[in-house]
Amino acid sequence: MSEIWIVMLSVGVLTFLTRLSFIYLLDKLQPPEVVPRALRFVPVAVLTAIFIPELGLQNGELMLSLENIRLVAGIIAVLVAWRTKSALWTIGVGMVSFWALTWLMGAIASSL
Amino acid sequence: MDKAADKISPMQEFLLGIKGELPILLGVTPFGMIYGVLATSAGLAVWDAQAMSSVVFAGSSQFMLVQLVNLGAPVIMMIITGFIINLRHALYSASVAPYVRHLSPLWKFILTYLLTDEAYAVAIMHYQDKSGSKNKHWFLLGAGLTLWSCWQLSTAAGIFLGAQVPPNWGLDFTLALTFIALAVPAINDKASFLSSLSAGLAALLTRGLPFKLNLIAAALVGITVGLWSERR
Repeated sequence: MSEIWIVMLSVGVLTFLTRLSFIYLLDKLQPPEVVPRALRFVPVAVLTAIFIPELGLQNGELMLSLENIRLVAGIIAVLVAWRTKSALWTIGVGMVSFWALTWLMGAIASSL
Repeated sequence: MDKAADKISPMQEFLLGIKGELPILLGVTPFGMIYGVLATSAGLAVWDAQAMSSVVFAGSSQFMLVQLVNLGAPVIMMIITGFIINLRHALYSASVAPYVRHLSPLWKFILTYLLTDEAYAVAIMHYQDKSGSKNKHWFLLGAGLTLWSCWQLSTAAGIFLGAQVPPNWGLDFTLALTFIALAVPAINDKASFLSSLSAGLAALLTRGLPFKLNLIAAALVGITVGLWSERR
């Protein structure tokens, strides 16, 4: 078996077991009372922790300035998501903002 | 419990799940295509690149794995990295566990396989709304299969189109936008707002941790802050 298949099967099985972990465990044992209340925050906490570094970091370094196009377009997308609650609008407006800002930055850079 | 909601049939739930997942595909499709492009340019054979999308079926770890292939990293290093990046799925597992408790082992097996970020995020909102339908696992199945199909097809498109996918369009940014579209509508009170805010800040502050462990650290901070703010 080639190396890549060893990697794929191992990561595939480990990921499956990770996804199964608590579905299996919470069947067998009664969780403490705090657990159901804590679980309510899983979606917001994990999903935010995924997207914020995509906006605020460039090559692993903090980049909080208007020159960071991903940050500015991301903030616009957050506002659209908050107002519309629509994934289509959020992704659409976010991507168009990203392209417009890229163009604008290019235009500014070439006029200096 | 709402009598009308009780009557939502499995097929209706399944279709609602597909419908709920569809808008998210706008962000997932470019990401799958970029994975296909990166995988083949890292030297993976066409079928290996395609197979990873169903064997591993977790976008961010697939990205990391093809980068490590490119760097010629040792096998054990790739396995550990892929495993740790996907650890956040344990939180999803805990989150859906109470809702799937009554299901057969076969159902649990299938839904476990389909428990990706994007299917989980859409389905958990549906689980958490107050309607009392007993068939919500069909919603998760519909959402999960929709995402799975999209992931396979967009991988294939990326492999096929290869270098024709323009790298300077910043299409990888759709990943961040997808998660914004999933996270922001889930904020519905002060506790969830503070949970989100603190998780975001913590993810930045712990950015130095290896294997993207900042994500797990940030999630735990967010959950703790949410609980604390609810208490007060």
